[in-house]
Amino acid sequence: MGRASSKEDAGALFHSLRSAYAATPLNLKIIDLYVGFSIFTALIQVVYMAIVGSFPFNSFLSGVLSCVGTAVLAVCLRIQVNKENKEFKDLPPERAFADFVLCNLVLHLVIMNFLG
Amino acid sequence: MPILPNMPVLDLVKSFKLKTKQQELLIRVSILCLVYVLAFITRLFSVLRYESMIHEFDPYFNYRTTLYLTQNGFYDFWNWFDYESWYPLGRIVGGTLYPGLMVTAALIYRILHFLRFAVHIREVCVLTAPSVAGSYDNEGVAIFALLFTFYLFVKAVNTGSLAWSLASAFGYFYMVSAWGGYVFIINLIPLYVLVLLITGRYSMRLYVAYNCMYVLGMLLAMQIRFVGFQHVQSGEHMAAMGVFFLLQVFYFLDWVKHMLSDTKLFQAFLRITVTCAVAVGAIALGLGMLSGYISPWTGRFYSLLDPTYAKDHIPIIASVSEHQPTAWSSFMFDFHILLFLFPAGLYFCFKRLSDATIFIVMYGLTSMYFAGVMVRLILVATPAVCLVSAIAVSATVKNLTVLLRSKNKGVQTGSTKGSSSSKASSKALLDQSQPFQKNGAIALLFGAFYLLSKYATHCTWVTSEAYSSPSIVLAARGAHGSRVIFDDYREAYFWLRQNTPPDAKVMSWWDYGYQITAMGNRTVIVDNNTWNNTHIATVGRAMSSYEDEAIEIMRSLDVDYVLVVFGGVTGYSSDDINKFLWMVRIGGGVFPVIKEPDYLVNGEYRVDKGAAPKMLNCLMYKLCYYRFGEMLTEYGKPPGYDRARGVEIGNKDIKLEHLEEAFTTSNWIVRIYKVKPPNNRW
Repeated sequence: MGRASSKEDAGALFHSLRSAYAATPLNLKIIDLYVGFSIFTALIQVVYMAIVGSFPFNSFLSGVLSCVGTAVLAVCLRIQVNKENKEFKDLPPERAFADFVLCNLVLHLVIMNFLG
Repeated sequence: MPILPNMPVLDLVKSFKLKTKQQELLIRVSILCLVYVLAFITRLFSVLRYESMIHEFDPYFNYRTTLYLTQNGFYDFWNWFDYESWYPLGRIVGGTLYPGLMVTAALIYRILHFLRFAVHIREVCVLTAPSVAGSYDNEGVAIFALLFTFYLFVKAVNTGSLAWSLASAFGYFYMVSAWGGYVFIINLIPLYVLVLLITGRYSMRLYVAYNCMYVLGMLLAMQIRFVGFQHVQSGEHMAAMGVFFLLQVFYFLDWVKHMLSDTKLFQAFLRITVTCAVAVGAIALGLGMLSGYISPWTGRFYSLLDPTYAKDHIPIIASVSEHQPTAWSSFMFDFHILLFLFPAGLYFCFKRLSDATIFIVMYGLTSMYFAGVMVRLILVATPAVCLVSAIAVSATVKNLTVLLRSKNKGVQTGSTKGSSSSKASSKALLDQSQPFQKNGAIALLFGAFYLLSKYATHCTWVTSEAYSSPSIVLAARGAHGSRVIFDDYREAYFWLRQNTPPDAKVMSWWDYGYQITAMGNRTVIVDNNTWNNTHIATVGRAMSSYEDEAIEIMRSLDVDYVLVVFGGVTGYSSDDINKFLWMVRIGGGVFPVIKEPDYLVNGEYRVDKGAAPKMLNCLMYKLCYYRFGEMLTEYGKPPGYDRARGVEIGNKDIKLEHLEEAFTTSNWIVRIYKVKPPNNRW
């Protein structure tokens, strides 16, 4: 029946996702944890804004965008460091990390100017 | 190697022969140097013919702000409140301009001073120009910033490096600080990403490049106060955000697909995720637009999509001459042979498709569409058209020279587009035996070089004839062919500067506002910024009313002097009488008491005896034609003959009750009137 099979499907999906993810290397898992943390922080800020209102808007934007920005940059780092990506196999992971740090530096400098 | 006198000459020449790579570098560098010198020289026509001065209207405001920046420093400039324009409202200059141009000029000025070149800031401003020295406008820096950003972004997509994406974010920041046309970038790049996704050319590099550029670029752009929060609130920027979220969903699904080995499970997951994402996105967008939080496209950019919009709804945008749709003659005049080389180049781009050529094709097509809608945007299309045409020319020349150098029979040429007139004959030629192939190739090469040289000549001629006139100084041919210069504008502004009290307020039409504040150094009521339509409509109403009503408006605005531009004596056709109907329309748009049909006779605009009575007695008519009825302007015509309209004026006996004539320039082009104080005793 449709219901049971979709439940089975969901269960099987969940299990296979979980087992596939368990196979990823430790450094990528750490980066994923960091991404999850930033998204979670951004969500908390959005909920807070929904409660107390969005004035001053530039502070809200700078807070949310700093979280989203670091999340996005961490995903880019993960892509560049991941051994399975053939396009980036010539890129040394130190260079990827240095780029990541530089972009984060610029991001946070701009955020600090924008906080108001 | 030492040069000995008994060394054979051939060996000597051979010792200087360069390797191919060095030859190529030498040719490239010398071509670029020649191009640079030519580009610099063609812009100098107006400086050589007239003098080194700022042209037109907008550059005067840019010059004034740059002067302020160099004198008072960046902090004062960024927080400047200008009380000398838009009296009595004032203007928050720091928050309503694009600082890129001024900061660039000030930086060049400081570097030159540091190197001990004592140049005046005006010289730096005159030479920072897009198309002719003196037209110191935003596009001068903006076109460079536009191409720079595009170059950096395409490089970032090609290499997938975060550093290049950061550089392209900074390039975007420079563009946002320079010109309002940055909206073109923030819509073209997402469109490009979308096209790459659809055609399947995406990869991890695209994700890295676009995300880094979008987030950092958006944050940097919001530091410019004039742009403010538009990146998250305005409809024009929503495409970029939409593509951003689409990229996240797309690559997330890609990642899950990579992790799952079973495709059936993945299909189920795909269905769930896609429906959720689309639903959430549609709800968010709908809520945003309905509640008005996301503002719709503003009039200036909406009129690019719907060219009839401005004419019906926003007369002040429709009245600007640069915003008119482009005629075919303008295209031919500006582009010359590029008009047929552009489609040829598109063909070649499609033949060898890569990420970079897709980009240049998209840039070329979108910018050509917009260039067709608004004549000012030809400036944005030009780099793309040049690049694509260059691809056509270089592909053609390469094929032809391959043919020349080949020693084998049956060499296939690619295609010989380029000199399209000889296309049919060239096909016939190439079917014959080899020597004729070579001759045909040589003939076509000569044809191509002839075309290119004609193009360079044409462009120089166009710059010299059409684009090198500073509209503040007019020139004409006198009766015996000698050149006559009309310097009336500057004469009037300097009269204002030297003969009026320092706090005098001048009312004129908004075209002249920037020039009056920059050169006359007096407070104006409205100027070219046109940010307040009601204020401009008030001035328009004053100009179109009878003198008694107008004096009320002028007294309420504390006006001391009124300035009008009149071309009846010289035949100058861009004067206020020709612009008068726009004043009526803009004034009538806010004050329904001003009706355009009152000034027309049978739908016709006339100033002679048959003109409408309201026209013959309104303030603008009186101020322009005061004392003109006794003036003999042309041999054989009655006094009061208006040379710009070609008619004898209708109302020659004009008496002014509340104003008196203060100054009229030597050719009657600018006329200044003083507002008399109210009568002491009746």
